Amino acid sequence: MFSFSEIKKSLLISLWFMFLTFPIMVIRVNTIYKTIEWRWDRMIMVGVGSFFLSFLWRFFIGKKETGKKKTDTGEVQQLTWIQRLTENKKIYLPSLVAISVFVVLFPFVFSMYQTNIMTTALIYVVVGLGLNIVVGLAGLLDLGYVAFYAVGAYTYALLNQHFGLGFWTVLPLGAAMGFMFGVILGFPVLRLRGDYLAIVTLGFGEIIRLILENWNAFSSGPSGIANIPRPGLFGLHLSLHQNIIYMYFIMIGLAIFTIFIVGRLQDSRLGRAWIALREDEVACQAMGIDKTRTKLSAFALGATWAGMGGVMFAAKTTFINPASFTIWESIIILCVVVIGGMGSVLGVICGAMVLILLPEYLRAFSEYRMLLFGAILVIMMVFRPEGIISNVRKTYKFEGLKDNNKDNS
Amino acid sequence: MEYFIELFLGGLTRGSIYALIALGYTMVYGIIQLINFAHGEIYMIGAFTALIVAGILSMLGWNPVAILIIASVIAVVYSASYGWTIEKLAYKPLRQAPRLSALISAIGMSMFLQYYVLLAQTSNFLPFPSLIPDFKFMEPIEHIVRSSEIVIYITTAIVMVFLTFLIKFTRIGKAMRATAQDRDMAMLVGIDVNKVISFTFIIGSATAAIGGVLVASHTGQINYYIGFIAGIKAFVAAVLGGIGSMPGAVLGSLVLGMSESFFTGYISSDYEDVFAFLFLVFTLIFRPSGILGRSDTDKV
Repeated sequence: MFSFSEIKKSLLISLWFMFLTFPIMVIRVNTIYKTIEWRWDRMIMVGVGSFFLSFLWRFFIGKKETGKKKTDTGEVQQLTWIQRLTENKKIYLPSLVAISVFVVLFPFVFSMYQTNIMTTALIYVVVGLGLNIVVGLAGLLDLGYVAFYAVGAYTYALLNQHFGLGFWTVLPLGAAMGFMFGVILGFPVLRLRGDYLAIVTLGFGEIIRLILENWNAFSSGPSGIANIPRPGLFGLHLSLHQNIIYMYFIMIGLAIFTIFIVGRLQDSRLGRAWIALREDEVACQAMGIDKTRTKLSAFALGATWAGMGGVMFAAKTTFINPASFTIWESIIILCVVVIGGMGSVLGVICGAMVLILLPEYLRAFSEYRMLLFGAILVIMMVFRPEGIISNVRKTYKFEGLKDNNKDNS
Repeated sequence: MEYFIELFLGGLTRGSIYALIALGYTMVYGIIQLINFAHGEIYMIGAFTALIVAGILSMLGWNPVAILIIASVIAVVYSASYGWTIEKLAYKPLRQAPRLSALISAIGMSMFLQYYVLLAQTSNFLPFPSLIPDFKFMEPIEHIVRSSEIVIYITTAIVMVFLTFLIKFTRIGKAMRATAQDRDMAMLVGIDVNKVISFTFIIGSATAAIGGVLVASHTGQINYYIGFIAGIKAFVAAVLGGIGSMPGAVLGSLVLGMSESFFTGYISSDYEDVFAFLFLVFTLIFRPSGILGRSDTDKV
């Protein structure tokens, strides 16, 4: 592997990257004070880094190609460890019990701060599972998903501000608002193909954010809405600490509810129609599936979970403004789905945990968060497009047929 | 009336700028059917490179015109290199993959480049030296149209003519058209498709860099985020004109630029971006193939 030509290749790549990053990484010009800062150490870093990374890159590209050849020639793909784990009841059941015990005890063992982060991660689980319906199952790339999240959050904030409605009343209302907006925004865009759809949904997302930012009388503009109450418990007065634990359990409940519903949806008639639509639109229509209705239902159901997540987000942070709902938020949610594994429920849960918890615990790298997200998206797509935990389609084997043949012969 | 002319020329400026970016979008889309999300970032990197070069040279006391030319050339070289590298890293391994994967990869690349510039440089707006000199003969109409705007119109026109010539009459242009029509068939007749795609990225990025330098010098400030919104709007323009078609991209850009200018001038400037996006949505709903695009049917 470390032959001379390989080293030469990597050397050339590292030289190329040193050239490429030279002006932006090394030089910083201050045109006001007329000073130039030269940061040569960064150039060495780039050179050494790209030298070693190029080896890794080539190694994985090679590995991916041999893997592809193997599947092409008909060698059976091995089940991944996680699939074997979930198939085996002996491991599966105790681990489920262990996870539930951990989940229940979590807020009592760990600090309030950590419980709070976990609640955030759970919101992303719920919202990610919603987007998973749209992107993972139906294959519609929605880049304006955060708009529905904003709709949910503002529904709670505004209804509470003007009419004093509580969290529990607004939670279904927020979901309904999300659904409604999903239908309204989904309807015009359904005729569009994949990438046009992405750009139009991005447009819708930005339109909603810009309206929230500019329509002061309605949403109080960029300054946002403060003092949104936390969820109540039959009028009991809860301290801040109790409330955080309470919200954690609400989120756990909501997440389990979502997992259950999405899991059921996936195997339903509608879910199979979504998957068929994702695989091939024309063939799917030829099989008699109503394209418009199927797409619209994916869009609207996805938006419902975003609406619910939005209500929860507003209740948790007690303050919202349009800056929380930028396109990057959409992309983070998309990252959750893509990195976890498109179409796989377990994958999305893992994706949300990894993406939200890791940056919280690696505070030192927090400024590199978005940079890493971008790089991870590219690397994931190149090397492992199916995500951390890939979705396994149910396969049916016609074993009975084989036996019959044996009897006949 | 004068207000109308002012808005008209303002729209023309916007349109020309969008056109410079939209051309790259439309070329890449025409050949590999990929929305190159990172295209706006290439434009931004072009502007940053030009800023850095111009900053150094102006401290050495060079003549502004010489600085403009050298900064543009270096910006073009760098943007083209970035375009080429991005294609090799993020798009080439995904050529056989579903289109959704390539699109997500493009979004990731766009995000990466934005934050790369943010971290390596700064998140603040940086003042960009106005490199385009004020012409003497422009003085009587200076209050309506600035010299830099004239330069933008002329450059856009030149770039357009050059690209049309390149696509229509040269060997590589012919190869590009062939690849756009049918990639497999182009390979069969001996066209090096990889080379053609790389070349398309290089040309598109170079065009974006020219746009970046001109816009930065016209508006006088840049930051890491300018590429994103400009990229989206240029994409809107490209779709409007019919994506994949070069005259369409220019026409779409001019239509978008003009209508935005009149909208902000006569109605409201708060909702400028909302207007651009609504324009996109309505175009896609009522005429998905754009003004000059041809519609194609899906096949199984």
